[in-house]
Amino acid sequence: MQVKEYKPLIVAFCCNWCSYAGADLAGNNRLNYPAEVKIIRVPCSCRVNPMFVLRAFQRGADGVILCGCHPGDCHYTSGNYYTRRRMAMLFSMLDYLGIERERTRVEWVSAAEGAKFAATMNDFAEKVAALGENKRLEDLRCKK
Amino acid sequence: MQKITRDVLVEKAVSLLENGTVANVLGWRKGEFDYDITPAVFTDKADIEANFVWNDFCGANFSKYLVQKTRKLEGKILVFLKPCDTYSFNQLLTEHRFDREKVYAVGVSCEGMVDIDKIKAIAGDGISKIVCGEMIEVSTVYSDEVIKIDAKDVLEGRCESCKSKKHVAYDELLGEEGDVIDSNRFDEVAKLEAMTPDERFAFWQEQLSKCIRCNACRDICPACTCENCVFNNPNSGVENKAAANSFEEKMFHIIRAFHVAGRCTDCGECSRVCPQNIPLHLLNRKFIKDMDSFYGEYQAGAEVGSRAPLVNYTTEDVEPCDVFEGGNE
Repeated sequence: MQVKEYKPLIVAFCCNWCSYAGADLAGNNRLNYPAEVKIIRVPCSCRVNPMFVLRAFQRGADGVILCGCHPGDCHYTSGNYYTRRRMAMLFSMLDYLGIERERTRVEWVSAAEGAKFAATMNDFAEKVAALGENKRLEDLRCKK
Repeated sequence: MQKITRDVLVEKAVSLLENGTVANVLGWRKGEFDYDITPAVFTDKADIEANFVWNDFCGANFSKYLVQKTRKLEGKILVFLKPCDTYSFNQLLTEHRFDREKVYAVGVSCEGMVDIDKIKAIAGDGISKIVCGEMIEVSTVYSDEVIKIDAKDVLEGRCESCKSKKHVAYDELLGEEGDVIDSNRFDEVAKLEAMTPDERFAFWQEQLSKCIRCNACRDICPACTCENCVFNNPNSGVENKAAANSFEEKMFHIIRAFHVAGRCTDCGECSRVCPQNIPLHLLNRKFIKDMDSFYGEYQAGAEVGSRAPLVNYTTEDVEPCDVFEGGNE
């Protein structure tokens, strides 16, 4: 029997204006990044409620990454500044509860940074793969 | 142990009621036992003189009661506030949760409240009578001997690391004005931060798995005044009374702490009411500590109208990826 290679499931919240376009550019340029990265498009990175992050972990994500416009470039002027504070707090809290800190990340990716998007995803997937499956924030009822 | 006696409060309540300043008095009444003092609304003099209680078990923070009582009751309400309660009072005013005009706030100095669980641990079960004072006298049904306990040895956890004896809001003050205390309230948080992630996880897993989802922490919390809570939603996945999965308690407590982050005055009511003795204040304090260190010192409720760190920003804020180094200084 062949053992299936472990591939971490990653949820990437990408803002509509910068990072989603950045992901698009990565695709257009034929840059490789793991297929296990599932992108969820949000109007702005500050649309991401802390509950979204926890919910992603609950439903089986091994890592959650938020991508938004660079600070100062937000389409809505200040959305990502709020994201920055909120996620700093949330990730610090997750760390406090003993959830591995490498499972969460915030990265600023502009629409022109297709290469950065791909590199970020490759790097993040590698780090999460090294940690293995998400056991500390899993919900057994959601396991298939 | 309280310096202000019950008689002073009763006299104040009766005189304000009689001269028509207030129509209702929010105070404490004896519950089934001497130690379960419950909040109550008094409207007549005889009732106050007979049943008003003020002693070392009056832990309840009345600020949250004002949200509903100012809407339901006719006339002004007299409320007695301990120093920690005044922070919640200000915070609720900041959030426009009640009408200040309908409240007459009397600050009462406080020497710290005592924890019945600590008394029970010393005196045992079957407590029939408790007399408060410097030495708390406890009688039990199992012996004729009266056990004497120093009140300072059985203080509530939150009072041991009291952050302030200063009243930040009142119309009138009974007793002396105290000061903001440079307390050691973040020591426990720092201790946890110094642990390895595995130890921290084990600690929280053990603590949070005790949760029975009674929602007492949410219901008592002066910062949790949403009329429709996100956890009332049947689709939230965490509405179960009995936790079906360890994820549920984690989600509930993380999100609850996050929702009050920046607005939590660290009054400690959540830990006081928790029937399972989960140290919930450690979650809130972690947020307070983080916000203090990253975004500058901020005490919710210290002044009316202040802007909490999470509804504010600067262009120079720390990046989330740098937080961990900062958090573990």
